[in-house]
Amino acid sequence: MSENVLEVSNIHTFIGGFHILEGVSVRVPIGAITVLLGRNGAGKTTTLRSIMGITPPIQGSITFCGIPISGKSSNTIAQMGIGFVPEHRAIFKELTVLENLQIAERKRGDLARKSDFIFELFPDLKRLISLPGGSLSGGQQQMLAVARALVPDNRLLLIDEPSEGLAPVIIEHMIRAIERLSADVSVLLVEQNFRVASKLAQNYVIIEEGQSPAQGRISDLIKDEVLIQRYLGVA
Amino acid sequence: MRSSRNSWLTVVVLFAALIVLALLSANSLGSFGITILSGLFQGMLLFLVASGLSIVFGLMDVLNLAQGAYFMIGAYVAYDIQHAGGLIDVTAAIPDPNIRFVFAVIGAILVGAGLGMLLERGLLRPLYSRPIFQLVLTFGFSLVLIEIVKAVWSTTPYSWTEMFGIREGFFELFGQRFSTYRLFVVGAGFALIIVIGLLLQRTRTGIIIRAGVEDREMVQALGINIKMIFTLVFTLGCAVAALGGAIAAPFLGASITLGNAFLLQAVAVVVLGGMGSYGGTAVASILVGLAISVAQDVAIGTNFAALSSITPMLLLVLVLLLRPSGLFGSSR
Repeated sequence: MSENVLEVSNIHTFIGGFHILEGVSVRVPIGAITVLLGRNGAGKTTTLRSIMGITPPIQGSITFCGIPISGKSSNTIAQMGIGFVPEHRAIFKELTVLENLQIAERKRGDLARKSDFIFELFPDLKRLISLPGGSLSGGQQQMLAVARALVPDNRLLLIDEPSEGLAPVIIEHMIRAIERLSADVSVLLVEQNFRVASKLAQNYVIIEEGQSPAQGRISDLIKDEVLIQRYLGVA
Repeated sequence: MRSSRNSWLTVVVLFAALIVLALLSANSLGSFGITILSGLFQGMLLFLVASGLSIVFGLMDVLNLAQGAYFMIGAYVAYDIQHAGGLIDVTAAIPDPNIRFVFAVIGAILVGAGLGMLLERGLLRPLYSRPIFQLVLTFGFSLVLIEIVKAVWSTTPYSWTEMFGIREGFFELFGQRFSTYRLFVVGAGFALIIVIGLLLQRTRTGIIIRAGVEDREMVQALGINIKMIFTLVFTLGCAVAALGGAIAAPFLGASITLGNAFLLQAVAVVVLGGMGSYGGTAVASILVGLAISVAQDVAIGTNFAALSSITPMLLLVLVLLLRPSGLFGSSR
């Protein structure tokens, strides 16, 4: 059995005739947080969407817990145990907070079993349970999006830009929550905010122009100013 | 919140205007009652075509132009089962016309559902990413259904002759006789509005459908087979349209023009209510039904008999000028 929960090897993805991913490889070790770093438009979000089967790759392989998943539909991939928190949250605005959580159940009783953990992680959601998702603030919507991915028994969470557009105090809350949940589930994160990424993740993969030129331990990346400058433009 | 308040305010104003017009054009309380009951009757029949159209469009972005043909098929199947000498002659096996009518309605629903599933799974599924092709396909399918009806039942319109309990009954109010059957259709329509509403609001399938209307990609990414939900919703929409045809047939008979006449008005209802809004469709159906009925009354004694035919479109234009997304539509 591999020590990686997810292995993405040399995937190529096209969107509307554009070659977006030109050979991306990512490894996500079991029980760790791995972050995809890179500039805007580098292909980070497409990498997550390709793993999820939303924009399926036409070449390369993706295995989850040793089982090939490329070519499968996104609902089958989700059923196998991958939770997805997309960019801009994609919560259902017309549904209440409770309904947003209920819809994520894969087995009857999933929410009942996980509700204590979810509301401990995000206490605000309990108070807002009967409100429509659209009436929540950006931070609350982000909490709901992450909480929704925690309802079923997932082994891997794909989280796209959890800190995007949030106030610093909410970002801190989100960092603590992701740290907490990573004790039970592996996480692959897209994060533009290098400070947040370096605080959260143990491993990194740099995505640049649809390729993955570097990956390793984040503790090594923090010391490598040349790499940071070249690919992330962070001083 | 404010938008919702404005929507309801518009609805209240339109209903009030229609009631006042109905009162002004009526010469007695009895004829006013007939206008309202007739409006509700037409509104409920419209709802039965428009509800499927609306939910299917909201979830799948498919404007099913065959919806009227399903209404027509429902009328023919119900007529056939109810009357002697048809394709399916059950008069000997079920001599009681009341029980036969129940079977006629169930038969129509089953045929509508079966043909709906056939269209969605067999033809429409490969075209989900091609909206223009979908329009052409569903329109073409409606023509095919009409040709099948012509081949099976001929082009001659059928008038419902077989009487049964509620079809024969009348009751009196304000000195006027009202048909019990019209009241039954209104009751059945309201019951269906509530049942579909409960299905959408209180069940897991309903939550999935409402979520799918907002973001089907995310629904799929949560592990839900959205294609199965598409089939279910499309089938349900066609079955409800066929049910509409079946319960309209005792009053309107069965003819090949029945479906298209309702389809145009149903499309107006869906746009008026707000594309994809189930509640909006229910309210708009009643509004349009009442407006047609009031227009029929107003047109009596004038040279403008076509007023009732153009009323749905006039109402649509008026509402879209005030609310471009329809009464309860989102601006997606």
